[in-house]
Amino acid sequence: MIRRIVATIMILLLGTVLLYMTSEMPRFGDPANPTNNELSARYMEDVIEDVNIPNIVTAIITDYRAYDTLGEATVLFAAIASVLAVLAMHSDSGRGTKLDE
Amino acid sequence: MNDFVLQTVTQILMPFIQVYGIFVVLNGHLSPGGGFAGGTILGASIILYALTVDVKAAEGIYPDERAEMVESASVLVFVLLGLISLMMGRNFLTNIGIFPSPETGTLLTGGFIMPVTLAIGAKVASTVITLFTHLFEEKKS
Repeated sequence: MIRRIVATIMILLLGTVLLYMTSEMPRFGDPANPTNNELSARYMEDVIEDVNIPNIVTAIITDYRAYDTLGEATVLFAAIASVLAVLAMHSDSGRGTKLDE
Repeated sequence: MNDFVLQTVTQILMPFIQVYGIFVVLNGHLSPGGGFAGGTILGASIILYALTVDVKAAEGIYPDERAEMVESASVLVFVLLGLISLMMGRNFLTNIGIFPSPETGTLLTGGFIMPVTLAIGAKVASTVITLFTHLFEEKKS
């Protein structure tokens, strides 16, 4: 019982802090927001000149930030490698030698 | 699952889903979409087949070993495309100026973006399928 009361008080405190933080966030749709700075304007103006494709999102993820996407592909590779390393021990169709129980 | 309606509808829908996935991957630089989205659609079509018809038959369509090979090879394709510009004396993963880029809005425009998107699509599809088959086998045993 006392644990529940403590947990509720902790959650309420945390919620208050988080709500207080959201009040400091920039207003939605405000032209002075940090998302509307010169960086996004530069992408929108120069994308045809720089990358020559109409899709700005693809231009950013595979040209401006291609190095980042390479890291993302590596993350996928590492994830699947670790999953196979863990699961291949248990499955019957796992290729190679099975570990002895 | 042995439901006749489900299996028939899946077999009719499969080619359309796959064509749509390939469209999303190939047009990643012209319309919304790209390697990650299109690859997931392609992988989902195989998963749908495995869930409704047969897991073994789905593995026959896209064998596990091939999926793992495609997955590793596509990262390699990405790195090699980046290394081409390094050999030409520019920065790693430089695109325009190294790779040809015809008129804006055509399929081959954007230099190495289409090959990179293709590699990412193949990789994501293989990853999704491999994850599914291994987790499914795990559940069965």
